[in-house]
Amino acid sequence: MAFTETIGEATITGLAYVGGLARLTGGAARAVFIAPFRGGKVRLGRAVHQAMAVGVAALPIVSLISFFVGLILALQGAYELRRLGALQLVANAVAISMTRELGPLMTAIVVIGRSGSAFAAEIGTMKVNEEIDALETMALEPVPFLVAPKFVAMMLMVPCLTTWADLMGVLGGGSFGVSSAGFTWATYIRATLNAIAVRDLLLGLVKAFMFGVVITAVGCQEGFSTGLGSEEVGRSTTSAVVKSIFLVVAVDLVFTAIFYFTAAK
Amino acid sequence: MFRSEKKREEAPQAADGPAIVVKNLRVNYGAREILHGINFEVPSGETLVILGGSGSGKSTLLRTLVGLELPSGGEIWIRGKNFAAMTGAERDELRKKMGMSFQSGALFGSMTVGENVALPLREHTSLDDSTIEIMVRLKLDQVGLSGFEDYMPAQLSGGMKKRAAIARALAMDPEILFFDEPSAGLDPIIAAGIDDLILKLKKAFRITIVVVTHELASAFLIADRMILLDKGNIVANGTTPELRASQQPRVRQFLDRIPEPELTGEIDYLQMLTGENPPERR
Repeated sequence: MAFTETIGEATITGLAYVGGLARLTGGAARAVFIAPFRGGKVRLGRAVHQAMAVGVAALPIVSLISFFVGLILALQGAYELRRLGALQLVANAVAISMTRELGPLMTAIVVIGRSGSAFAAEIGTMKVNEEIDALETMALEPVPFLVAPKFVAMMLMVPCLTTWADLMGVLGGGSFGVSSAGFTWATYIRATLNAIAVRDLLLGLVKAFMFGVVITAVGCQEGFSTGLGSEEVGRSTTSAVVKSIFLVVAVDLVFTAIFYFTAAK
Repeated sequence: MFRSEKKREEAPQAADGPAIVVKNLRVNYGAREILHGINFEVPSGETLVILGGSGSGKSTLLRTLVGLELPSGGEIWIRGKNFAAMTGAERDELRKKMGMSFQSGALFGSMTVGENVALPLREHTSLDDSTIEIMVRLKLDQVGLSGFEDYMPAQLSGGMKKRAAIARALAMDPEILFFDEPSAGLDPIIAAGIDDLILKLKKAFRITIVVVTHELASAFLIADRMILLDKGNIVANGTTPELRASQQPRVRQFLDRIPEPELTGEIDYLQMLTGENPPERR
């Protein structure tokens, strides 16, 4: 009895949490897509500011990590492919795993560490310092004012970063291909282009978009649920990172499964 | 500033009636009732000080008045409108006429002082940047912070932060100003400066002011009327001289600073917070 109760309780808590995320996302979507047509304020400046912080500032670290991941994929792939005498397939292996899976995932992990945690910390600190209350007393709703610009920035920048990460991963793989697998840059790039389908790229970008939504929703939700006291901000930040990573992987699984079962046989 | 002065001349009846009327207000946190049916009025242009010890419910009362907590019963009339029953745009319109200065200041840490004061103007008016800049300078001037537009809140002292927060609360030319513990955490000299500022604002703009505090000296200096809250009930309500002369034991105890026997157990503490006997523990 106690065991089933625990499971039931955990399920309800989990569903309530996802419901909270959905409500936050819905509120932000209303602020972005509907409110401007009803005379609401468009806060482009705040969204651009967020986009710079989320996207442009993350470029160096995303580039470096994706380049390394591409290189690692090439090394790991080559190890097996060499035994089969199919070393020339290393370009395909890197291209497909990068665009479908590791480009979006590694980008999401970096964005969680940089921005998801920052959202939780920012909103959590504002909560502790009564700044969220201050916004409300000024008749400024926190969701349109604070959360909506973050959503806009993340929904645009995570797919952009992912595309860049795909490219850097291919370059990483290529640096191995050219130095040790008998490719030239021209043949490597051509092999890569032959290997990936538009569908792969699209799947990666759809995933990236969803990751952006999930990371923002979790980061902001954790921020808003910060309790009293500054140590609570640290707790929210940690919790935002852990929950984001879990939910990103879960969303990844769902989309990969949909892709698998709808793919032409 | 001039705009709202004019508005007041146009609608004298509204200005003459009470700015705030609270009727039988009840507020709950979960199952626990914090305020047990509060009634009072604040006449326009007067300063009301809400006194009370820790756990008396005075902060909850203030948060409910500005709409941060929802009442579980009763009514709050602000400028003749039932604020507690309002929602959405209507409620926001009324909120723009109210300014709130928080205990910690609650300035936005990521913005300069000038941007903090400009924020409500940018969000709620269609004034151009140069007009907003002039208004920000004017508001900072009124609170004695001229030239601090480009400072970050973290660079200001406690008293300056509070002044900046008051400037932000004044940005929309409010008709009612709320203060949560204006002198908390300030040394007596700086705190006296804030009291002076409140008096100055009242005289200059005839704003209705509601202050929550437990600083007696400051309360008697700025108040026209006072309320003493205890365990979620009003124990005294009157003009400042009336309260000073009151012979009610609870008022005397508070004003004469007579200590209460110290609380020793959890039960005593809960009782102090709720004013009720806590449920039997297993």
